Amino acid sequence: METLIAIVIGILFSIGTYLILSNQMLRIILGLSLISHGINLMIMVMGGLKTGGPPLLSETFQSFTDAIPQALILTAIVINFAVTAFLLVLSYRTYKKHGTDDMNQLRGHEHE
Amino acid sequence: MNNLLIWPVILPLIAGLLFILLRNHIRLQRVISVVVLGVVAGISIAIMNQISVNGIQTLQLGGWQAPFGIGLVADMFSMLLVLTTSIIAFCCVIFSFRTIGKERERHYFYSLFLFLITGVNGSFMTGDLFNLYVFFEVLLLASYVLVSLGGTKIQLRETMKYVIINVLSSAFFLVGIAYIYSITGTLNLAHISVRIAEAGQDGFITTIAILFLLVFGIKAGLFLFYWLPGSYSAPPTAVSALFAALLTKVGIYAIIRMYTLVFYHEPQITHLLLGILAALTMILGGIGAVAYSDINKILTYNVIIGAGFILAGIAAFTENGALGSIYYLIHDMIVKALIFLIGGVIVYLTGTTTLKEMSGLIRNHPYLGWMFFIGSLSLIGIPPLSGFIGKVFVTRGTFEAGYYWLGFIGLIASLMILYSVMKIFMNAFWGETVLSEEEEKGTTKGVMVPIALLTALTIALGIGPEIINSYVETAVEGLMNPQIYIDAVFGGNEIP
Repeated sequence: METLIAIVIGILFSIGTYLILSNQMLRIILGLSLISHGINLMIMVMGGLKTGGPPLLSETFQSFTDAIPQALILTAIVINFAVTAFLLVLSYRTYKKHGTDDMNQLRGHEHE
Repeated sequence: MNNLLIWPVILPLIAGLLFILLRNHIRLQRVISVVVLGVVAGISIAIMNQISVNGIQTLQLGGWQAPFGIGLVADMFSMLLVLTTSIIAFCCVIFSFRTIGKERERHYFYSLFLFLITGVNGSFMTGDLFNLYVFFEVLLLASYVLVSLGGTKIQLRETMKYVIINVLSSAFFLVGIAYIYSITGTLNLAHISVRIAEAGQDGFITTIAILFLLVFGIKAGLFLFYWLPGSYSAPPTAVSALFAALLTKVGIYAIIRMYTLVFYHEPQITHLLLGILAALTMILGGIGAVAYSDINKILTYNVIIGAGFILAGIAAFTENGALGSIYYLIHDMIVKALIFLIGGVIVYLTGTTTLKEMSGLIRNHPYLGWMFFIGSLSLIGIPPLSGFIGKVFVTRGTFEAGYYWLGFIGLIASLMILYSVMKIFMNAFWGETVLSEEEEKGTTKGVMVPIALLTALTIALGIGPEIINSYVETAVEGLMNPQIYIDAVFGGNEIP
């Protein structure tokens, strides 16, 4: 199971990297989003994957699931959600103001 | 347990939330923000005195003992930075009263300003790696809005780049946290330090150390600084001064904390890499500062040189180097805020950022001119001013560690700073007076108070470093002996 998820994370990272390297704003934002999802999966795998273990310690349960990675992912998702929302609004405003969503044309000039 | 520790984090947060309700009471917002920053400065002095008597103070939130809970840890190093942060924020907020404009004030400028301070203070005081990430995001999100607030073309364009690079570096921060968690099984900084000391720092942990260097290096403007000059010159002066003084310093703080508390076992790899990056940063920043003739660009490249110089002292990893780094860090925060504010006033008066189009300001504004002169001498490190003592100790530290090239490059970089700031001084203040007082685009009314305050501070720190010397030495002792920090966090409990 860990191997499968590792491959999925790799695919998410590579698609994300590909999208970031393009010059459309929306694609870059989607790429960042995909990378963040890949990282969330990675945190989950880092805690170890177990089936049937409750996230509690007691004398009767032999195996238990570590609950901390899930708490971390929850926090990371919330933060990522806020940042992505901000980034989408910002890109919309930038598009409106500059009339382009091509990052190559947003380099800035020496005199303006 | 010391409940005083929560106030520097929570007081600006409460005030910022309150301002959202008091949207139309601008005057009240101004008064409250000044009071809050003053109170935080007072509290941090009180905590510093407690630390010098009773040792490092901790607050385990909710009563969950370390390593299970998330705690705040106030050692001398972090409290010195919290105090400097409050003083600088105090000056920047007074500066913004006159310059920031009605529109921004009505759109929650003061709320965002205080949220930024919440994030900065929280990052300095937290004792948990994931909590550090959360506070980083708090300050970054506030800074994203502060850079773009106003919505001019250049601001939007530069904010786009700033946000994208920071989201990416935060993503790698999470990767680092995930690796650390899978290896050590804990997120408490002191506990990570204990576990790594027990197991030894093998190649994998060293790789993670370099990953963290990359992440914090992007935020600190260390080597990967290519986003910095654009986004720091886009926002209004009060904001860019605050960014120059605080934001890169949070990244520097994180590097210093990680490299003295957690990853200190393999200095011949990690600290040497840090030294090489610091040297490259100083050289490239110096070239940038010398090359441009735009006042904002010159000042932002000076921020980059400063970041390289502070980390040179940590790369040396000797007591003198660390002492110099802390002195220089405090000095750099004050003096960067000072020259950014003065640079902003120059742009405000002349209406241009190009050096060639300004001349002879000293006839009508002698105080401004001489304060810029004092600030630039302090930046270079001329003896009676605050930059000197930091520079001496950093250089001595690098020589002691045998990194002669690093100390030498630091001194060369000082010459480049000298050239770049004197270029501003001679072009803007000397020469024929081309603008009479009536023709000027703005006034200096109401903005001289914070500038004078910061100038007085840099002179005071230069003449009387003994005032803070005992505090700085305690901070160095804490940085060079991680065991003090660990003992304070666990407070005699058994370490699991």
